[in-house]
Amino acid sequence: MTTRTRREVLAGGGALAAAAAIGAGPAFGQAYPARPITLICPWAAGGGTDATARIVAAVLEKELKQPVNVVNRTGGSGVVGHAAIAAAPPDGYTLGIVTVEISMMHWQGLTELKPDSYTPLALMNEDPPGIQVNASSPYKTVKELADAIKASPHGSMKASGTGQGGIWHLALVGWLLAMGLKPDHVRWVPLNGAAPSMQDLAAGGLDLVTCSVPEARAIIEAGKARSLAVMAAERNPAFKDVPTLKEAMGIDYNSGAWRGFTAPKGLNPEIAKQLTAALQRVNQSKEFLDFMAARGFGVKWADAEGFAKFMDEGNKAMGVAMKAAGLAKG
Amino acid sequence: MSNLTQAFHLVLQTDVLLAILLASIYGLVVGSLPGLSATMAVALLVPITFYLSPIAAIATIISASAMAIFSGDIPGALLRIPGTPASAAYTDEAYAMTRKGQPELALGIGLWFSALGGIAGTLSLMLLAPPLADMALNFSTYENFWLAFLGLMCATLVARSSPVKAIASMLLGLLVSCIGIENPAGTPRFTFGVTDLFGGIEVIPALVGVFAVSEVMRAMMSAEPPKMPFRRFGSILKSQWTLTKQYVKPQVRGNIVGIIIGVLPGAGADMAAWVSYSMAKRFSKTPEKFGTGHPEGLIEAGASNNASLASGWVPALLFAIPGDTITAIAIGVLYMKGLNPGPTLFTEQASSMYALYIIFIIANIIMIPLGIIMIRVASRVLRAPRSAIMPVIVLMCAVGTFATGNNLFAVMTVAAFGVIGYVMERNGFPVAAMVLGIIMGTMVEQSLVTSLMKSDGSIIPFFNRPVAAVLAAMTIAALLWPVAAWGWRSMRVATR
Repeated sequence: MTTRTRREVLAGGGALAAAAAIGAGPAFGQAYPARPITLICPWAAGGGTDATARIVAAVLEKELKQPVNVVNRTGGSGVVGHAAIAAAPPDGYTLGIVTVEISMMHWQGLTELKPDSYTPLALMNEDPPGIQVNASSPYKTVKELADAIKASPHGSMKASGTGQGGIWHLALVGWLLAMGLKPDHVRWVPLNGAAPSMQDLAAGGLDLVTCSVPEARAIIEAGKARSLAVMAAERNPAFKDVPTLKEAMGIDYNSGAWRGFTAPKGLNPEIAKQLTAALQRVNQSKEFLDFMAARGFGVKWADAEGFAKFMDEGNKAMGVAMKAAGLAKG
Repeated sequence: MSNLTQAFHLVLQTDVLLAILLASIYGLVVGSLPGLSATMAVALLVPITFYLSPIAAIATIISASAMAIFSGDIPGALLRIPGTPASAAYTDEAYAMTRKGQPELALGIGLWFSALGGIAGTLSLMLLAPPLADMALNFSTYENFWLAFLGLMCATLVARSSPVKAIASMLLGLLVSCIGIENPAGTPRFTFGVTDLFGGIEVIPALVGVFAVSEVMRAMMSAEPPKMPFRRFGSILKSQWTLTKQYVKPQVRGNIVGIIIGVLPGAGADMAAWVSYSMAKRFSKTPEKFGTGHPEGLIEAGASNNASLASGWVPALLFAIPGDTITAIAIGVLYMKGLNPGPTLFTEQASSMYALYIIFIIANIIMIPLGIIMIRVASRVLRAPRSAIMPVIVLMCAVGTFATGNNLFAVMTVAAFGVIGYVMERNGFPVAAMVLGIIMGTMVEQSLVTSLMKSDGSIIPFFNRPVAAVLAAMTIAALLWPVAAWGWRSMRVATR
């Protein structure tokens, strides 16, 4: 096992180096793919994005008959990995899993990269945020919580779910704006992701947490927290008794963290078409669907064109929401 | 009882036993290489767990992490280069013991008390999981702040140099931890528009630089030291039983501290080792012997970091909240294998849980024979010429850190910190204190800023929550103790 893992690491590194050496000129005359493919994941091993990347890589490997190696390029709240995907040679041998942050980070002035800095291939997943409170909280429904928020003095209630300007922060802002409140009426406490936020909620440090219901699942099942609503068009089949915001309050506000697959810009359209078709077969495979269902992750599908449109719309909506929240620069 | 029989049945499968054995060897090798931490060992295993049965997958993670934390002690004792951050706290002590001609004693302590600590941690997981998990859930950012602050204060206790220089080193570490955008406001600091700096300076490359590369630089600058008299490596376990009986208190204290720190989210084996080593020094009857190759601190810290490993699984299994970076990865694997964390795991899948306990025990038992083989093999570096060892170390550092982040920036970081570490050591600034600053910096800042945001700027919740109050009292007492002791001494002198 020792030699094997080390060899895999070296192989991953070697693939990167080889890709760099060959540059933009793919090996013509050979059917694509002729050698292993690297899939860059901007988030750490063990997280939800990493898990999605790995299950897709495992099924894609069978589709393309070539190994697909997941490489985690972490750090800088996703900036580093997203930049690595965009900077790779567009020869079809380096792909990347891109997350909702790509439509947010450039508004904050953290990077030049935007959704159109990539060749979109396919959208595979979207998870809507839920609204969670401590199990001993007096609010039994999202309506009661909303009334309490409206009645509370500005900034006196505290919420978290991720860092400042993260997707779950924007979800809270969107909900507050939809209720006609100021975007910072509930103060956002930046924490390192959903797990620490749910922990702080259970420790009594926060009034509510907005994060996806699968992320909150274990604490809810332990009886330490309750989920009051999801900000989605439909209920999550894994959590049938949690109503949507529209059902509970008549507010039609949807939001979500999504994950899709891209290649560096300038990929040969033939190869892109081939990859999108392979990803569609992955999206319909039993292995993928079973895995997503077990984790409670939402399965979504959009082909290259649909994904580009989805990202473009999401990007504009994010711009509006982030400017309203005072999170955008310039 | 039927659950237990079922659990044994689950574990005693060829694939599971083979997974434990291979992952153990793998963990021993990875942990002993500078630049590859226990967390890294586990992260590299994730793709392999895809192809294993659920129990075998968890077995690889448990075995590899336990072995890696122990074997991080090996290069620390032999070369003064800690293999993982969890060994950094007592590397100087272990190395001093080797220079005294007792390498087998230093490594034997690491092995024996790691195994005992690991078993103590497993017992806590088996018997005390629900109360420990509830304790973890009482930790909000206020409590985390005091904990991180206490951790920082270990810098002055551990160092043998002047406390002022130790504090200066630690502050430099805190400054380094400011780099990047992973701060509460999400604002880029000291990044100069360089994408790689957005991610900040990671602990591993910095650690490898200040310990390993600066050690190589020192070797280049000085003449080859006189060869240690050649002799056979003595028995590794011979005197351990005597030590176990002699140092009951430090050992038990190390286990308890390790278990508690392991359970708390955000603090893992690294911090457990630091806190335990400095506690050993503070409560020792002979603190002046610390740093000269004295077993007491090694026993307490070696037991502590391995105990924290098992207890880190408590919040991970019950609430999917990682107790440390290793369990953060393990949670992902648990989900992937259909063993979704949560209280139902203990009721509906009780046999799997028992299987997990059994694997922990097995891993900590086979650590002893495998560890002895590893120590015997590794001890050959003491006899190899320095001109052969040092280039290999540099190569391993570069490859190891490249693997950590899959980018060259990490390798540059190693080089830069090698120079920084060399200059610091030349001028008597302890590099370990700087590493502590980098490890704890983010946690101190995060917990302070988020706490103040939650309380609207009031500092009252830092004192009026019960657990926070206890931690605050401990911190303030530890802060005032040296002042009070100094005042007491000078008063006595004055009255004379």
